[in-house]
Amino acid sequence: MGLRTQTIESQELLTTKDKVGTSLMAKIQSHSLWNESIKRLKKNKTAIISLYFIIFVVLVAALAPVIAPYPYDLQNVDATLQGPSLKYLLGTDALGRDILSRLIYGARISMAIAVFTALVSLFMGTLYGAVSGWFGGKVDAILMRLVDTLYSVPALVLLVLAKVVIESSGYFHDPEFRALFSIFGALSIYGWMGMARIVRGQVLQAKEMSYVEAARALGIQQFSIVSRHIIPNILGPVIVTLTFQIPSNVMFESFLSFIGLGLQPPFSSWGVLANEGWRSLRSFPHLILSPGIAIFLTMLAFNMLGDGLRDAFDPKMK
Amino acid sequence: MEKEKLFDAYKIFMGLMALMGLIMSFFGFGIPFFWTTFGILVLGSFIVVVIKQNMLSYLLKRCFEAGITLFIIATLVFLLLRLMPGGPFDAEKALPPEVMANLAAKYNLDAPLYQQFFQYMNQLVHGDLGESYKYIGRPVSTIIGDTFPVSFQLGVYALILSYLVGIPLGVIAANKHNSWLDSSSMFVAMSGVSLPSFLTGAIFIFLFCFQWKLLPPGSWEGPSFYILPVLTLGLRPAAIIARLTRSSVLDVIRSDFVRTAYAKGLSQRVILFKHVLKNSLIPVLTYSGPLIADILSGAFIIEMIFSIPGMGKHLILSVTNRDYPLVLGLALLFSVILVLCNLVVDLFYAVVDPRIQLA
Repeated sequence: MGLRTQTIESQELLTTKDKVGTSLMAKIQSHSLWNESIKRLKKNKTAIISLYFIIFVVLVAALAPVIAPYPYDLQNVDATLQGPSLKYLLGTDALGRDILSRLIYGARISMAIAVFTALVSLFMGTLYGAVSGWFGGKVDAILMRLVDTLYSVPALVLLVLAKVVIESSGYFHDPEFRALFSIFGALSIYGWMGMARIVRGQVLQAKEMSYVEAARALGIQQFSIVSRHIIPNILGPVIVTLTFQIPSNVMFESFLSFIGLGLQPPFSSWGVLANEGWRSLRSFPHLILSPGIAIFLTMLAFNMLGDGLRDAFDPKMK
Repeated sequence: MEKEKLFDAYKIFMGLMALMGLIMSFFGFGIPFFWTTFGILVLGSFIVVVIKQNMLSYLLKRCFEAGITLFIIATLVFLLLRLMPGGPFDAEKALPPEVMANLAAKYNLDAPLYQQFFQYMNQLVHGDLGESYKYIGRPVSTIIGDTFPVSFQLGVYALILSYLVGIPLGVIAANKHNSWLDSSSMFVAMSGVSLPSFLTGAIFIFLFCFQWKLLPPGSWEGPSFYILPVLTLGLRPAAIIARLTRSSVLDVIRSDFVRTAYAKGLSQRVILFKHVLKNSLIPVLTYSGPLIADILSGAFIIEMIFSIPGMGKHLILSVTNRDYPLVLGLALLFSVILVLCNLVVDLFYAVVDPRIQLA
């Protein structure tokens, strides 16, 4: 793994003082830091099961066109609102579309939005937080005040406004992509701030460590100290935050689509399906169950994995 | 000493008043009473805390900062709104250009943007949120005044429920660490965190309203109407609070003073709910600021599911209608709530933990 070798390299820089002893120690220690964490994670059965479930969902989402029994918008007007049967495993909706296929295609959009938003938040948040934490002082005060102010805009207001602004900007012509990108953009605008706060706090702590001092003494450029030494060392909390961000993105996406601000049918996401199911709850309760349970299980898996990761990276925090 | 006693008496009195108000509001009458007592309670404890901790200068500083924050938010939302194409008077059937021009002139929409901005800010500092474009002739403050109490009431009940369920659950789970009780209650809490509220709401409505016909599925007219929305809204925060409490209690329960308390022969109940709980409330408190703001400012999904006449629907509709004053008013209201909640939480830090010095 690239990350691990970087950590080892950073530790090796310390070894100029004491060639044999420290280098050996550093190697063993840095080696075991990740190994121990992974070992601890492997012992945690719920986390591992969750991980397999997440991999399964991601695979289903990626392979949607291959494994979905029908296209997501194929209507069969002879078989509307059917219950589960052999032909339609989860039944059909009001237009005779296969729910299972729509669920599989929905996984694609829900997961894509959740994961890409988390990645953008990761990138922006790490950059912003690292700059803020590393430079400290006035830079930190100004940058963090900015985040605090943006954070005081209620999430919903910011999400809805950003979503509508992006959607109506007129850059996108394909309706599916437009809705997709606007949700993704709105969630990213909101999501990076939490990550920036975490990273900034961690960098503030890490920059007082002796390995950073050593790197400075060796005359390493500031940029590489942060990017190659500090960031690899604070990856634990960052990964944990990332893992917790994905389910909250899934939730926000489904909320937006549920209230009709997200994707519109015939396109399918779990929120869209939930909205359709909600409208026919009285007579056809099975329609809301399948997307609801899909969201529930995915969020549960991510939350449990996040818990497991947190315990694995920082056993004290349990 | 005298002052201390006075504060205690005041606290007990206000607590009782608020409790009475709460119970009365639940049965549909005395909503203004509930409001007043609640307001006095919050304001009163605010003043008590401020005087007790000599935090007046800190408070003033925070208020000043809050003012700046609100100004920035107003500017930001104002600009974002104007970035959106389309105007408030676009209709399916386009109005004649003369009418559009008149409308724009009436609401000063034909002036340059900076003039509109200054005009709005001028209104704002005079306490005027303007008139809605969509609900002609209705001031934004009236719309908020009509819908906010409902959202607020729903939020307060859900908050009370989530603290009442979450904190004991967390303490019990931590006390029986690694037992079946711990793991099962934490699994329930984890499920509660992961359940989307529309699924819970749908299941509740389907079972309680359609199948068993026990409770009404929508509207907001009396105690029986409150139960399902409050349960649905309170479930997730209760679960989060339970998890927070548990992990924080686990931290505290291993500390030396707890061992001392056991050695002194105190009963477990006293140790847990007096000594341990008091010391493990900080994480719960930290989470409370955003949580309270979030829940009070209208759980719009819940309001939509149970067709509750709260603020939630206005937030969405006003954006799609380009009802600029209403969006701005709601955004500012939400921000004020959030800023206030965070301030109150920060003040309470100092109460819960005297070691924390607010500068």
